[in-house]
Amino acid sequence: MICSSYGLTDEQKEFQKVAFDFAANEMAPHMAEWDQKEIFPVETMRKAAQLGFGGIYVQPDVGGSGLSRLDTSVIFEALSTGCVSTTAYISIHNMCAWMIDTFGNNEQREKFCPDLCLMEKFASYCLTEPGSGSDAASLLTTAQRKGDLYILNGSKAFISGGGDTDIYVVMCRTGGKGPKGISCLVVEKGTPGLSFGKKEKKVGWNSQPTRAVIFEDCAVPVINRLGEEGQGFGIAMKGLNGGRINIASCSLGAAHACVQLARDHLLVRKQFGETLSNNQFLQFRLAEMATKLVASRLLVREAATALQDGRPDAVSLCSMAKLFVTDECFNICNQALQMHGGYGYLKDYAVQQFVRDIRVHQILEGTNEVMRMIISRNLLTEL
Amino acid sequence: MHSNRYCNRIIVLPFSVLLEIRVKPDNSGVVTDGVKHSMNPFCEIAVEEAVKLKEKKLIKEVVAVSCGPQQSQETIRTALAMGADRGIHVEVAGKDYETLGPLQVSKIMAALAKKEDAQLIILGKQAIDDDCNQTGQMTAALLDWPQGTFASEVSLDGDKVKVVREIDGGLETIKISTPAVLTADLRLNTPRYATLPNIMKAKKKKIANVKPADLGVDLTSRLEVLKVEEPPQRQAGVKVETVEDLVGKLKETGRI
Repeated sequence: MICSSYGLTDEQKEFQKVAFDFAANEMAPHMAEWDQKEIFPVETMRKAAQLGFGGIYVQPDVGGSGLSRLDTSVIFEALSTGCVSTTAYISIHNMCAWMIDTFGNNEQREKFCPDLCLMEKFASYCLTEPGSGSDAASLLTTAQRKGDLYILNGSKAFISGGGDTDIYVVMCRTGGKGPKGISCLVVEKGTPGLSFGKKEKKVGWNSQPTRAVIFEDCAVPVINRLGEEGQGFGIAMKGLNGGRINIASCSLGAAHACVQLARDHLLVRKQFGETLSNNQFLQFRLAEMATKLVASRLLVREAATALQDGRPDAVSLCSMAKLFVTDECFNICNQALQMHGGYGYLKDYAVQQFVRDIRVHQILEGTNEVMRMIISRNLLTEL
Repeated sequence: MHSNRYCNRIIVLPFSVLLEIRVKPDNSGVVTDGVKHSMNPFCEIAVEEAVKLKEKKLIKEVVAVSCGPQQSQETIRTALAMGADRGIHVEVAGKDYETLGPLQVSKIMAALAKKEDAQLIILGKQAIDDDCNQTGQMTAALLDWPQGTFASEVSLDGDKVKVVREIDGGLETIKISTPAVLTADLRLNTPRYATLPNIMKAKKKKIANVKPADLGVDLTSRLEVLKVEEPPQRQAGVKVETVEDLVGKLKETGRI
């Protein structure tokens, strides 16, 4: 009854099936090892790209699959059951590919998108800095125009894929203060002046490296700018609307996997002479988890549809979905861990990895506090 | 009418199987309502082999056929997404579907093979829910065509097919003429994942609807299912102290 296929079209069920099969065969068997050894599974991700997962909502003329936001959500939800961390990186990569596809001119689209869709090249999204997280528009990385180059100075923090990826979509300041002074530049690895900090040691998301990205008089061609000067912040935020749905979808997949793990455990583990599934408290807890899971799924899918259709409530819904779903799904995974008792704390059991991996979803792509800012602002300024 | 150099048309018969088995309370069968189906794994291998032959340009067209109720179309769509060119859905529903067995399916396949002028029929060796392992063989008999069953390797050579078969004693290699029936075994290939673009292209491929009566096939079953039971619950064992006790127990239960 918590089946994630209900309500989908036949075609979406096919997409979902491929994603589930891929997750079960290519990702789940390696999820623990990737986490433990901090392996960035390039070959596996390229296999996923062969199936069309490298640019799911990028247009087909540059190698994308041209699917909808809802199709994308269904796919990421399914892939996450195999490995949340890897799927989350794939979603970030997709977001970057979409930004170039949507806001780039034809030269830029043709130059960057085909390689990104095939994951010949990998991408990173660079907005956050040591001094600007939630207050993203106060970013300090400058891009000074010198002829047909921008000279970048500054640094980005917590960049997913940083150091191992090839294409950096960088929000930097070309103008005055605030969001209107920000532009979006595509910076390629190997550009002189581009360097990386040490690989961060994280609680989860260990199958993707996270590093600072440092610009020291890094010269980037003006032709690598997406859109006009001053449009960078808008581009970044539009990217994040979809990114938020994707991250929420990843949380969904993890929560679904954990509800199944918890359920199976309750049916097997015995205490006080009977299986845990006979314990009313645990029955009720499981029911709450399942209910919140289904509610979360409905909200994410509605937000995806709203974004696809360009509805006026799309931005708010994306924020609501990210806020509600990442919080609820973390609780679901955490409760599933609790139901496992001591075993839940052992790395031999997958449930702890789901908990560790999705904890960060409540923080990145806009903290859940920032989600509240967006929602309340929209509510209070609505006529 | 067709060149001897290569085959024109392959028919594959992907079947869908139940993903979980629960016996009905009245022991008359298994529960099918609301249970998820998916393509039989051996049939996936059959579809993959057909698509590979087409990619090698040894055959021109792959037709996926499925017999069953409305939801059989999902199985055909999966085959189309893997690379089959078109589908045929033979509608069998209700009571007829409950009694649909290898004999009925092979009659349907034989009729379709003649109608479609197929040179090769490829099926999975058996369905993992009923384990019959009969449809391929019966189809070949009805058509009086040679058969290459339990295939772990298939190669076309003009109008002949070389088949390496997995048998109890090892591997047997045979050469048979087309038209022929092949059944796929586990090691024949590793089925591809459908790609997102292929799934979308599959939407545009045609699935024709056909009724068994249109093919002149009588679906009456010659079998009556008397009872379906779960295997007995695993009983707890008994621990014994000495070897003599063990021998005694084995004799007691008639094992030796």
